[in-house]
Amino acid sequence: MTKPEVEITYQSISPSDFFYRNREIAGFSNPSRAIYAAVRELLENSLDACESISIPPKIYLRITEITPSDAERESAVYVLRIEDNGTGIPSEHIPRCFGQVFYGSKYNLKQARGTFGLGGTITVLYGQITTHKPVKVVSSTGVEIHEYEMMIDIEYNRPMILRHTVLENKKGWRGTIVELHLEGDYTRSMSKLYEYLKQTAMVCPYADITFVDPKGRLYRFESATNVMPKPPKTVRPHPHGIDVETLRRMTATSKVKNMKLFMIEQFQGVGVMTAEKFLNFAGIDPKTDPKSLSPDDVVKLVRAAKEFKEFLRPDASCLSPLGEELLSTGIRKELNLTEKDFLRVYQRHPSTYSGFPFIVEAAIALGRSLSKNEEGSKMIYRFANRIPLLFDESSCVVWKVVNKNINWSTYKVSNDTPLVIAVHLCSTKIPYKSVGKEFLADQPEVEKEITNALRHIARYLRLYISRNIRLAKEKRRLNVFEKFLPKIAEFSAKLADKPEPPDIKPLLNAVGAELPEVERKIREVPQIAGEND
Amino acid sequence: MQEKTIRESDKQRESMERALKTLGNLIYDQITNREFPWIMMQSRSMDNIIYDSEIKQYVLGDKMVRRHSRNIAHIRPFTQFIWTAWFARELLRLRKTSTLREVYYSARGQRDIEFKNQTESDNIITDLETALNRPREDFNVYPEERSAIFGDLTIEYTVPGYEGKRMNLTEHPDGVMIGPALTSSEFIETSADKVLVIEKGAMFTRLVEERAHERFNALLIHTAGQSPRSTRTIIQRLCRDKKMPVYIFTDGDPWGIHIAMVIISGSINAAHLRGLATPEAKWIGVWATDIINYDLPTENLTDFDLKRLKELKEDPRYREELWQREINTFMKIGKKAELEAFSRYGLTYIVDEYLPAKLELA
Repeated sequence: MTKPEVEITYQSISPSDFFYRNREIAGFSNPSRAIYAAVRELLENSLDACESISIPPKIYLRITEITPSDAERESAVYVLRIEDNGTGIPSEHIPRCFGQVFYGSKYNLKQARGTFGLGGTITVLYGQITTHKPVKVVSSTGVEIHEYEMMIDIEYNRPMILRHTVLENKKGWRGTIVELHLEGDYTRSMSKLYEYLKQTAMVCPYADITFVDPKGRLYRFESATNVMPKPPKTVRPHPHGIDVETLRRMTATSKVKNMKLFMIEQFQGVGVMTAEKFLNFAGIDPKTDPKSLSPDDVVKLVRAAKEFKEFLRPDASCLSPLGEELLSTGIRKELNLTEKDFLRVYQRHPSTYSGFPFIVEAAIALGRSLSKNEEGSKMIYRFANRIPLLFDESSCVVWKVVNKNINWSTYKVSNDTPLVIAVHLCSTKIPYKSVGKEFLADQPEVEKEITNALRHIARYLRLYISRNIRLAKEKRRLNVFEKFLPKIAEFSAKLADKPEPPDIKPLLNAVGAELPEVERKIREVPQIAGEND
Repeated sequence: MQEKTIRESDKQRESMERALKTLGNLIYDQITNREFPWIMMQSRSMDNIIYDSEIKQYVLGDKMVRRHSRNIAHIRPFTQFIWTAWFARELLRLRKTSTLREVYYSARGQRDIEFKNQTESDNIITDLETALNRPREDFNVYPEERSAIFGDLTIEYTVPGYEGKRMNLTEHPDGVMIGPALTSSEFIETSADKVLVIEKGAMFTRLVEERAHERFNALLIHTAGQSPRSTRTIIQRLCRDKKMPVYIFTDGDPWGIHIAMVIISGSINAAHLRGLATPEAKWIGVWATDIINYDLPTENLTDFDLKRLKELKEDPRYREELWQREINTFMKIGKKAELEAFSRYGLTYIVDEYLPAKLELA
């Protein structure tokens, strides 16, 4: 027997290298998706940068075509430039923020769009591997302006700075500008990109977004308010959501002497009583030194934490929902709803799944100004932590709730009713089904909250629809009388040899008397929407 | 004599016009009083159609219905009703007649009044009959005519252009069509002493050819199937005014039986009207027992025939012994025979043998 002549080589790869090889899992699967994904990653970073300091975002986005489409590959090279008025990035962090995968400011426990520290870098990486051009990052936190030109050393997951210039900042500018080259297919991504910007404007009504596309067209999404949602607070973890590795790290770095103090100091909502009760429940001596816990003890604690029922609900102050007022402003603005249209927004109380707090906000709109969706189905807008979700709608739990859980005929909604439904989920951990972050998994707790939110609004919708039906009926009734009464008058006069038909106005007035009352009631519905339930 | 008859028909027309004008005034005043116009009439629903065994006829009971223009479902027929009343008054004023179908067409082009089909307009006309308690012939609306009359009867027309003109009904060998002019004519004189009503045109022609009117001293009337109301009115008038007995001669099957019965007791559809029935009239054949006695060529009764026989058996109009006996016999033998079946014994047999025998029995 001879040895097979196969040489097996073993090597390790850097995170950059991993995403270089598997860029489709981050959304860069083809030229048209690449443009969309790049805009999305950079725009979301910009929005986060503004919102973290409660400044209404002003964002300028431009895509310019530099080499025309390659006939064979149907793609072209573009320059993507985005400017924001956010916090700016401290100079020393700039290279690693854009040149190193898994480096960022969003690893703490509060609601944010990005969580992986991946978006900015992967965009730069994609630009670099398709065009071999450096990225230009200009940023200022309000003092001097730092301008970097850099590339990524993919093999070692580290930035290579080509140029660093410090400029004077006479006007006190603060913000970040990113400019990079990338290959893509704008024509194909155009409609999704527009939809993405429109929905972003819907869920961020305080943001002002300008977009100049490669064909020179200008898109403006003006802000409709200066009010911004309350920014989220960073919170300590809830014991229910902890895992073995996290707990191990926490015990290793903790400075307290015993487990009772450890529980109180490291977790949210745990006081002296709860700590004692829980450790007793878990079978761990409160006097144990955290550092001396055995691996088995750690596992035992995590299991007990999931079963223990007496913890307080997770703290929702780490969440930043839009609120009914802002969400309705955004929807009204982007759908051009009029006063006569139905729009109602409802925010559920915070809830939790697996120890992660979440809040569901939902809206339903209906009105003459809404055109029918092509397939005759309901138009669904999905948002997660203020990110519009545009793909794989039918795999999403929101779609399931709308199309399976809710029996719309109960609410007098027929198949061709032009209904618009919006659902916004806020959480420290959005239950995405895949890395692509496009659809929500059907987590039972989340599904229940979405269902309840929509059912709640739908009750008002039913009222609105039935009043509209009644109004239409009253109008039809009046029409019928307006049609026939003159004839009855005419022929009765002829039959009775009278020169003139009798006056039918008093009769018509009597029929039409109820109309204004019904119309007034219909207009009342949006006012009820503002009340507390 | 001549002037008197014209005055009578004028009087009748004037009273009809007055009734229509009163209806117009009623509605006019309701509107003037800020009231949605409405009218009351007897209900013609099945539960209000009652058999009156005294007069042997279906009549309407006491239940009234209100047609109210306030009711969204009523306002269109209500408007059609007023229009039809106006149309009837115009007919009388212009001294014109109209067929049911013409009424339907006259509303064409009248916005919001147009009838969907003739059933709808027929129904409104029946409403008008019910509300005014007068047959539509009184306001000059007639059905399409196919029935005819033949025999020694002199009539005098009252229709415009023919006022006072007389005619003897033997003048036309095909018989004279029973239309509006004949229906509204006066019966002046006759030598006949009975009326022979025949269901079918072919047999009517045979009887005229065989001079049956002379042999039996009879007026011959051909109903062309189920007899129209104007024909029933003529039969009733001959019986009532001229005291002539009436004999009805139909096919020997459930449908023939019922043609005779409608002449005798009236129909359910005309329960709102009196003066159409002739209770004295007699059905003389073809009976089921004739089929046996005369050994007539037959056809088998169909399921449809049998079903109809069962219905007739339960109908209060058929309570009397003769009807029950014949219905039972039909069911027993399971056969039926047409009038033409007598041709088996030669073309003249029916006039020479059968009719004399049956008339004698009656």
